Amino acid sequence: MQRFSALSLIRHSLGGHLGWQPQWRSPEPKAEYDAVIVGAGGHGLGAAYYLAKEHGMRNIAVLEKGWLGGGNTGRNTTIIRSNYLYDESAALYDHALKLWENLSRELNYNVMFSQRGVMMLAHTVHDVQIFKRHVHANRANGVDNEWLTAEQAKEFCPPLHIGPGLRYPVLGAALQRRGGTARHDAVAWGYARAADALGVDIIQNCEVTAIRRGTAGAVEAVETSRGAIRTRKIGVSAAGNTSVVMAMAGLRMPLESYPLQALVSEPVKPMFPCVAMSNTIHAYISQSDKGELVIGAGMDAYVSYSQHGALHIPAQTLEAICELFPMFRRMRMLRNWGGIVDVTPDRSPILAKTEVAGLYVNCGWGTGGFKATPGAAHLLAWTIAKDEPHPINAPFTIERFRDGVVIDEAAAAAVSH
Amino acid sequence: MLLIVCPYCGERPEIEFSYGGEAHLVRPKDPASLGDAEWADYLYARSNPKGVHAERWRHTHGCARFFNALRDTLSDRFLATYRIGEQRPDLA
Ligand SMILES: Cc1cc2nc3c(=O)[nH]c(=O)nc-3n(C[C@H](O)[C@H](O)[C@H](O)COP(=O)(O)OP(=O)(O)OC[C@H]3O[C@@H](n4cnc5c(N)ncnc54)[C@H](O)[C@@H]3O)c2cc1C
Ligand SMILES: [Zn+2]
Repeated sequence: MQRFSALSLIRHSLGGHLGWQPQWRSPEPKAEYDAVIVGAGGHGLGAAYYLAKEHGMRNIAVLEKGWLGGGNTGRNTTIIRSNYLYDESAALYDHALKLWENLSRELNYNVMFSQRGVMMLAHTVHDVQIFKRHVHANRANGVDNEWLTAEQAKEFCPPLHIGPGLRYPVLGAALQRRGGTARHDAVAWGYARAADALGVDIIQNCEVTAIRRGTAGAVEAVETSRGAIRTRKIGVSAAGNTSVVMAMAGLRMPLESYPLQALVSEPVKPMFPCVAMSNTIHAYISQSDKGELVIGAGMDAYVSYSQHGALHIPAQTLEAICELFPMFRRMRMLRNWGGIVDVTPDRSPILAKTEVAGLYVNCGWGTGGFKATPGAAHLLAWTIAKDEPHPINAPFTIERFRDGVVIDEAAAAAVSH
Repeated sequence: MLLIVCPYCGERPEIEFSYGGEAHLVRPKDPASLGDAEWADYLYARSNPKGVHAERWRHTHGCARFFNALRDTLSDRFLATYRIGEQRPDLA
């Protein structure tokens, strides 16, 4: 792997930047691997990286039906925070946040992680009570989160309108200063490059079409659009397509897949300092380093795999944005798209072994799994390598629905981010 | 925005409707006799297919009635809508 540094940048500039090698190989699939990951999003690529780096498994492959990072990893609004309510979730998301803080160095890849602060606006008495409860619960768990008055919120984010006349007045906000954003593509590329350097085969345009199980029920192989591949361990990390892949092994999942939309504006000079979110009127916004306003809209109402949704959804979001930030009323929107998010009944992910020997699953991150990328990847690798969950992901089983120990984060995740 | 054919009112825009999730999930007659796994399957597991999906819709801002639909979840195209109590149409 060619390491990136100021020195290598200068050296290659002398050669007209013609000396850079591709950042990962495009190998042909082998007949057999020790483990196969289905889905080359940030989670799957990261899992392969940690399997190779921390568990010494080098003979592994990541299979991707499209191009790496082309799923929700490349479609999300990149909000990162860890201020979830329950102990299990706080541990899970904060594990990820701590890995984010060192990720660029770890991967020798600038993932542009920016801890600019995530501010969640309260508009009703109910919001105020819930957010304050979150602030207290988070602090008890060692997760930073603080309460701001409306005036303090405006000071932190000057474009915010807190004056009278708002249909949903700003009554205050919860602020996680360690939260922020990262460059989504760079996360996929950084993990891909680092995993490839450790010998992981990343195989794109390779759709998994069937999972073969032996007489005892354990997994034996995957069938793909590029032939059969034998393996005893399969980690499914296929986001919106998880139900489809798990059905190949005969499993029914507590998941539904919905389109979630986002949009960006034309790029403008830096003028929005943080991430602002509103659950109640459903809008969230930040400004990318390119200058575009990145705006998250809601989920469409119905189950779909179409990767696009209806225009009335982003239109509603823009109404909320214009109300909260009147200075954006004349901004023009540049692009709008959708991704397919896999939603569990309790809005918490599933990261677990399954009843099928050798089959592991990381899914149900729904509208908010980008923030978890390094953590989910790290824990999935652990679970696959050791055939048992890490204590942090141990509560996030499929069986929690059977056993009645759900982790209901609907309040923390009510806005889609 | 989807155009949806309400079996009572005809073609209307999606914003007049609310979505009701997977159709034909029958509540077990005697829940007390079910094991936890079967009960969880009824409550939480969904077929979530890529392809034809039988689902409930309600024409909330129209006739307010529930009905069922078959829709292709990859193209979002409606293949049929039919009244509650009617059999799922055979598309073949
Ligand atoms: C519009 C939008 C905004 C969002 N905003 C945020 C946000 O602000 N913050 C946040 O934390 N989260 C956000 N999310 C959620 C976040 O994007 C996801 O939870 C996260 O990126 C999931 O990562 P992943 O690697 O699991 O999935 P993906 O990146 O989707 O990777 C899964 C991969 O599996 C592949 N695959 C599927 N089936 C097969 C098969 N049969 N064979 C081979 N490959 C297959 C897919 O092609 C895909 O590349 C948002 C999502 C969307 C759509
Ligand atoms: Zn009607």
